[in-house]
Amino acid sequence: MIGERLVSGIGASALRITQEVGGIVVLTGQVLRALVPPRIDGRELVKNLHKMGNRSVPIVALTAFFAGALMMLQAGPFVKKFGATSLAGWGAGYAVLREIGPILIALMFSGRVGANNTAELSTMTVTEQLDGLRALAIDPVKFLVVPRVIAMMVMLVALTVIGDLVALAGATLVGRVMLGIDWSTMYYSFADNLTPYDFLHGVYKSIAFGAAIAMSSCYFGVTVRGGAVGVGKAVNAAVVAAAVSIMLLDFFLTYLTG
Amino acid sequence: MTTAPLVGGDATIRFVDVRKRYGRRVVLDGISLEVARGGRLGLIGPAATGKSVLCKLACGLEEPDGGTIQVLAESVVGRREADLGPLRRRIGMLFQNYALFDFLTVEQNVAFPLEQRGGMTADAIAERVAERLRAVGLAGSERKLTAELSGGMKKRVGIARATVADAELVIYDEPSAGLDPVTTQKIYDLLAADQERTRATVLAVSSDVVALARFVDEIAFLYHGKITYRGPAATIADAPDPLVRQFVRGDLEGPLEERGAEAAT
Repeated sequence: MIGERLVSGIGASALRITQEVGGIVVLTGQVLRALVPPRIDGRELVKNLHKMGNRSVPIVALTAFFAGALMMLQAGPFVKKFGATSLAGWGAGYAVLREIGPILIALMFSGRVGANNTAELSTMTVTEQLDGLRALAIDPVKFLVVPRVIAMMVMLVALTVIGDLVALAGATLVGRVMLGIDWSTMYYSFADNLTPYDFLHGVYKSIAFGAAIAMSSCYFGVTVRGGAVGVGKAVNAAVVAAAVSIMLLDFFLTYLTG
Repeated sequence: MTTAPLVGGDATIRFVDVRKRYGRRVVLDGISLEVARGGRLGLIGPAATGKSVLCKLACGLEEPDGGTIQVLAESVVGRREADLGPLRRRIGMLFQNYALFDFLTVEQNVAFPLEQRGGMTADAIAERVAERLRAVGLAGSERKLTAELSGGMKKRVGIARATVADAELVIYDEPSAGLDPVTTQKIYDLLAADQERTRATVLAVSSDVVALARFVDEIAFLYHGKITYRGPAATIADAPDPLVRQFVRGDLEGPLEERGAEAAT
């Protein structure tokens, strides 16, 4: 009996996940199709770029600053112990640019922007606003989803670049103030050991993370069912799906591209 | 059962044997219904009998499980969303729950259909929107967001949006819900004047049968997934069908209650 229930539960979960992944793939196809030819509502795009990007700068900067600072706090004592302070910047910078920066900023972005996007779209869905658009011969995917997907992808890349710079500043400040490492030592540690590819590695990850957050948050927003309870469930599902996608994508992108 | 339409001519809306179910629940069970060009048909029936579903089917927002639907001489069944665009631009629709865009102001909501269709200058749109808002008694509320409005005001914004483009077919889902009796009469007078001016075909769903009967030519009664009666609006309270009479008069006892009890068991 328990075994039956377990198998049935696993089966139901597998079906649900397959349905959701399939739904996200279909929506992605619709978004790509809507981009040929690219007819995007400029007002919606600019509004979303501002709302999703500009207003996220403070929280992203704060997160990135402490991420960089923490990397330095963790690495600092060891590099000092072995007298390798010239590698302190490299240690912190390498981790921040390639891994910690893109992942932390993407998770923060998902929690702030992705969740908000799902809540907004799902509220519009349950209050028949999407049907209202369709009744006026306006495709909700073109009008609402496409500008949001573009805005989220563009802004996550921009925020990651800003976050990288702030994180390096945080690492440098902690290195100087708490560990007594010279400014110049830190600078040359970054400049001599980090390559543009380390920076780009984080940037292309952020493009993939942005797409994952955008598609999952929009998908759960436009497919919501069941009023306020449904909206809550949709937001929850979107945040979980985005977090899982970020981790999976990070693993495979790191594995495939080094 | 009376089925012959009072208004003759070719039909703007034609449902033939339309069926719709949600899960196991059968909502529409072989509906056949026509609304003649320029006619005004009212649709009444107990709550949750599929009146709003019928409105959405006419606009192609829902797909039936069976049957055919023709609107403005075009089929709406089995067509892609993109192909339905030109037809939908000829239809004005008021949703039961308003479906107003909460990211836009009152003025922008009403202007939205005209802006999306194109072909009008900004000044002409502004003038038309101002006229519509005055007509529904919302002059002065142009800059408000829809979240700042009462239910009745939202309904009036919805009416202004549904009628702003002078559509050939207008579907009103509960146009008087949330309105006081005086405003209800004013709104129905406005809708009647609009219809006489544009000669649009009207399908109106309402629970306020008395006010609806003054606006439409005929009334159809939807019950248990079927149109069980259709007859002149003026004499709806004395309809030969005891179900309709009971529903219109609001009697607590009668066949409506008995059938409802049967359905519940």
